[in-house]
Amino acid sequence: MDNYPALIVVAPLLAALFAGIAAWIEERLSYPIAVIGLAISTFSAIMTLMTVIASGTIHYRMAGWAPPMGIEYRIDLLNAMVLLLVSGIAFLNLIASYKSVEQETSDRAGSFYTIYLLFVTGLLGVTATGDLFNLYVLIEITSLTSYAMVALGDKDRGPLASLNYVFIGVIGASFYLLGVGYLYLITGSLNMMDVAGILPALKGSSTVLVAFILCMIGVWIKMALFPMHVWLPNAYSYSPVAFARMVAPLMTKVMVYVMIRLMVTVFGFEYIFETLNIADAVVWLATLAILAGGVMALAQKNLKKMLTYIIVCEIGYMVGGAWMGNQLGMTGAILHILNDAIMTFALFLAVGNMVYKLKKVDLTDLKGLFGKMPWTMTGFVLAAFSIIGVPPTCGFFSKWYLILGALEKGAYHFAAALIISSLICAVLFFKVFEICFFEPMSEGHGHGESHSQVAIEEAPISMLIITGFVSLSLIVVGLYSGTIVNTIILPFLK
Amino acid sequence: MTDLLPLIVAKYNYWLYVILMMIGLYAMIAKNNLIKKLVGMNIFQTAIILFYVSIGYKKDATIPIIQSAHGGGHGAHEAAIHAADYINPLPHVLMLTAIVVSVATFGVAMALAVRVYQRYQTLEEDELRMRLSEK
Amino acid sequence: METIVSVKPLLAVLVTLFVIPILVSSSSKPNVRESWIFIAGTIKLLLVLSMLPVILEGKQIVLTLFEIAPGAAIAFRVDGLGMLFAIVAASLYLVTSVYSIGYMRGLDEHGQTRFVSFFALAISATIGAAFSANLMTLYLFYEVLSLATYPLVTHHQDANSRLSGRRYLTFILGTSIGLVLPAMIYCYSVTGTLEFSTAGIFAAGELSKPAATVLLLMFVFGFAKAGIMPFHTWLPAAMVAPTPVSALLHAVAVVKVGVFSIVRIITGIFGVELLSEFNLGVMVMTIASVTILVSSCIALSQDELKRRLAFSTISQLSYIVFGVALLTPQGLLGGVIHIAMHAFGKITLFFCAGAIFVATGKKYISQMSGLGKKMPFTFAAFFIGALGVIGLPPSGGFYSKWNLILGTLEAQQTIFMLVLLLSSFLNAFYFLPIIYKGFFGKSEEEGDGPVKIQEANLCLLIPLMFTAFISIVLFFYPTVFVKLINIGLGLL
Repeated sequence: MDNYPALIVVAPLLAALFAGIAAWIEERLSYPIAVIGLAISTFSAIMTLMTVIASGTIHYRMAGWAPPMGIEYRIDLLNAMVLLLVSGIAFLNLIASYKSVEQETSDRAGSFYTIYLLFVTGLLGVTATGDLFNLYVLIEITSLTSYAMVALGDKDRGPLASLNYVFIGVIGASFYLLGVGYLYLITGSLNMMDVAGILPALKGSSTVLVAFILCMIGVWIKMALFPMHVWLPNAYSYSPVAFARMVAPLMTKVMVYVMIRLMVTVFGFEYIFETLNIADAVVWLATLAILAGGVMALAQKNLKKMLTYIIVCEIGYMVGGAWMGNQLGMTGAILHILNDAIMTFALFLAVGNMVYKLKKVDLTDLKGLFGKMPWTMTGFVLAAFSIIGVPPTCGFFSKWYLILGALEKGAYHFAAALIISSLICAVLFFKVFEICFFEPMSEGHGHGESHSQVAIEEAPISMLIITGFVSLSLIVVGLYSGTIVNTIILPFLK
Repeated sequence: MTDLLPLIVAKYNYWLYVILMMIGLYAMIAKNNLIKKLVGMNIFQTAIILFYVSIGYKKDATIPIIQSAHGGGHGAHEAAIHAADYINPLPHVLMLTAIVVSVATFGVAMALAVRVYQRYQTLEEDELRMRLSEK
Repeated sequence: METIVSVKPLLAVLVTLFVIPILVSSSSKPNVRESWIFIAGTIKLLLVLSMLPVILEGKQIVLTLFEIAPGAAIAFRVDGLGMLFAIVAASLYLVTSVYSIGYMRGLDEHGQTRFVSFFALAISATIGAAFSANLMTLYLFYEVLSLATYPLVTHHQDANSRLSGRRYLTFILGTSIGLVLPAMIYCYSVTGTLEFSTAGIFAAGELSKPAATVLLLMFVFGFAKAGIMPFHTWLPAAMVAPTPVSALLHAVAVVKVGVFSIVRIITGIFGVELLSEFNLGVMVMTIASVTILVSSCIALSQDELKRRLAFSTISQLSYIVFGVALLTPQGLLGGVIHIAMHAFGKITLFFCAGAIFVATGKKYISQMSGLGKKMPFTFAAFFIGALGVIGLPPSGGFYSKWNLILGTLEAQQTIFMLVLLLSSFLNAFYFLPIIYKGFFGKSEEEGDGPVKIQEANLCLLIPLMFTAFISIVLFFYPTVFVKLINIGLGLL
């Protein structure tokens, strides 16, 4: 079927509409509608990815209007991969969410699922679109829904965290919009390929420079690149856990995708790395982001907060890799989009299970968790190893490419930051493991078989299955990263 | 299109949007009251909308409605249409969308402000910070 | 060289991995659980041994699983060295399993299922490291082994084991991420491959001497499991673990993986020729010599038996590094074969320490005088194990030390020969008094009358007698191992 690319985005949009209406009639109806919508979307994403791998880039014209007049969806290998990632994670998280939504936001389940679907629609649209202004609108749809979601979370702090998120989010989006304005001013087009075709003739133009910088600043704010990250930890840790599980792995990663798209497709490597002279500065910024994220994570006393700072740290990996200006670095950055999304998802799934049982996840609440929630902790441990970068989990392999890229460019500070951040993450997670492993038995020796039999209180099976599946996929994706690089990333970069 | 505009006019409208933008940004960063921050945010967004609207404008041009096409059917296209006679409608159309976005954002932000007020009985940032650190 | 593609190495790695779910599900039935361990352990050993004839014919068994990047795949290659190490690890795993039943049940330890599961995981990783075809695969299993051992080290879950666990991880994980990983990636970025080959991976002129020096140091210190000073302190700390862990992992599997990695680096990544050309062997030998002597001296002052054994292990590990760094055929042979010889000797000693602890609750050497009369078999085995470590006939340790000394003569490094001799004296000093006091000393609590024999239970006694016996057998028949090493290093 030719309409799969459209279906990826349209299915959750329609589902959002129906789920919203259905919630008026009967609150419980919205969940199955959401599941169906995202299932269709995920399936279409798989089909699209297979088509793109088999027969190259798909140009999908909305309502048949040809670009540059009409709006075009241009699906190449990169966004086919990201589309599958987004829809897949959204779908899996939805299944795991049923119980947590029941527990956390049961009175507003209908609106939760509607906003959830709209958020996914926004992310998918951002990924699929080939039009610069369309991208802005979709980014704002994503942001608006996430503002609402954050406010649905923690009753005390949610609204305020959300409001601060609004302020910074608006600034970010506005910078991007302004950048697009300048691009339009000088090229007269908003279609990415069209703009990319016109730009090389305008190499020295200061308007292009301003446009580029404004776009980048806008995207960096949205992805929470240090020091523009201040909104992220509060917004993510006070939102409902069912939403945090999805927004944490996806939002920042999709914005990294936007950055790479602008760099590779619109402005072009040649312009960025040969005409402009800012790559070194950006790599330094990324290095700082990695170190600062790690150090701030060390200072946290709440598990959720700690993980959000790790996201800040991981953003540095991807930005640094993309700005390395060589194929290895870019390969690492793109591979890390995939890997980081999966491992952050796995981490937050585990945290979601803990929240479900414990309500609070301050580090001191986690005592003896290995005994109480062995399966959740197994998933958590695997995800943590992936963040640390222990082979054969996938985190190791993207780090591998990133460091190779840094060595090729001679950016030793970035390579060192990657290694140091691995060590910091090791310290971080083993601090958590220690609490989970030791605390209850700290007095006296734990001799005797009966002594250790703590009653197991696990999260619901639906959540456990998803946690297990995602954690195992960390290893599978890791082992097949060679295949992923060869079939998706390298052909894309050629 | 810009080369048709006198330099002075170009400077005038761009400077205006930059000034407006800075006012908005200043309010968002420096003001203590959340509502004032919201107002700042709105000014900030409006500045960008003005920027877009102004880039579509051409001197001595009219709104892009092709008068000669009225009632004439296919035959009426004979008269040549000069793009320079009409202002560029695209940025204006885009801004319709952007206005919708900014209104929606503003609405959400207002709702959030109300929620914050209900919870803490204040909209002053320093007081909010004190309340939060008390707990 | 002829290669055969076979899934056997993969199966040998996986068999103890797949048994873990069964172990967990049968946690309430200890006897069922233990019999599964035997089944898995036996299959593993048989799989390893079934590859032996092929290897002895001079062929290699290869299997590529995942192509990660060109020249860096997850792949297995069974050669002589890997085979030697795998035989040692797989056979001792089986022996240790018997021992750990006796030990864990004898002390009524908690969390036995967790213990045996992570033990199985650790041994899988060890075999994986032995069969690795390239540095990336080796690193993978090295890290898995580090992490799998953590819950074993901290098994008691008390404050003391928490501190030790922390030290263990800081040194093991810190060095592998901080030193080995960058060094490995640097090698890859220079050469585009990580495949072990006896000629080394660096083309002529690709590596300057300073770069080679730094890289070699990063590897030698980075594989901190080898216990090269100053990255050795995790090993005494890890002695808080139950004795089977100390015996198998901290005398055989974990520490030997560290040394084995260094052997691979020297023989497979740099290549003997490159290092001789740069004259870097002497540098490594110096580092190893310092470790040998200093840790022997520290061992003299330890009163806790397991800690004394730990420091002895640190010094013996450096023998292996020392031998390989000689870069001569005799030295290489002596160094690598010490992996096997020391393994059987030291595991016997640890088994004895554990048996004494289970039978009498005594951990300190000062409490052990006169104990030999009560536990004659244990002390006899201890004596044989000690002979192996000191390097006296009739134990296998003599063979490796003999070759090491010949190696120093071959390389004309007379000073280093003195190091070996001095260290043997020190070894004798810290082991023989234990045995002497054990047999001839007087215990505090008992009078002059005939002493009743109070040995530990058979599950403990049989393994330690067995390993002591093997240690003697290896003195007379080291041929298989020698042949494996010669094949593995391409010396034939």
